[in-house]
Amino acid sequence: MSLDLTFFIILAIMAAVSALMVILRKNPITSAMSLVLHFVSLAGLYLTLHAQFMAVIQMLVYAGAIMVLVVFVIMLLNLGREEKMAVRQSARAAIGIGASMVLGALLIWGLTQVMRPVAAGSSQAMVNGQIASVGKALFSTAYVFPFEMVSLVLLAAAVGAVVLTKRNLK
Amino acid sequence: MIEQYIPVIAMIVTGILFGVVSVKAHEILGPQRPNKSKETPYESGMEPVASAHERFSVKFYLVAMLFILFDIEIVFMYPWAASFRELGGFALWAMLLFVVTLFVGYIYIVKKKALKWD
Repeated sequence: MSLDLTFFIILAIMAAVSALMVILRKNPITSAMSLVLHFVSLAGLYLTLHAQFMAVIQMLVYAGAIMVLVVFVIMLLNLGREEKMAVRQSARAAIGIGASMVLGALLIWGLTQVMRPVAAGSSQAMVNGQIASVGKALFSTAYVFPFEMVSLVLLAAAVGAVVLTKRNLK
Repeated sequence: MIEQYIPVIAMIVTGILFGVVSVKAHEILGPQRPNKSKETPYESGMEPVASAHERFSVKFYLVAMLFILFDIEIVFMYPWAASFRELGGFALWAMLLFVVTLFVGYIYIVKKKALKWD
């Protein structure tokens, strides 16, 4: 077994187990910390796909910044341990299982539709994930419009955050 | 391919081991004579009056949210800065438009005194 494959298997198991922990733990903070572990294993998986820049950003933005928001929401809502619900929830469980099966089927179908423009492990694949290639693609005519749109989305988020949380807004 | 990340993996493993070993070694090697006053949150300090798990003000959330927005702005600057010269004038203007749009947001935040603690 090659080192790449070993690395992939370890990370895949880590990602799957931590994802299960997120939904199975009763304490919301434990769930959030499992989510951090999940993001870290995803970053490792990006590395095995030669997406170095994405891996670093995954760590910085998701495991770092986005998790701050998640933990803040937990603290804002002051969630304690999830209490066992008294009501029967077999109907809810059935709907949940059905919805996740539909979602899973959609994901698997989506994966079969993915185009692979470069072969894995080729020299092109090695270069594509590097920061310079990301920059070249981002500032090409193909992606510069979505890039500018991101600034508008961020602007809307900034205004929205201020409007929603500021008490006496003048 | 993964071979070049072995130093990184070694560092992560060392970091985890450092944390786990220091805490566990203290537990195993140190003498343990617990009593009631030692287990209070502040030994020889104030008597705690309520639970530490209190609701936080939403003002903290605003600061975190605004931090993340400008964090993402910087993330987009990295690929531009890494190959600034090759990308040339087009990328410079694209970046300028991006930064100016967010600067409008910054002016809004400052003018609304969103970062003032009131």
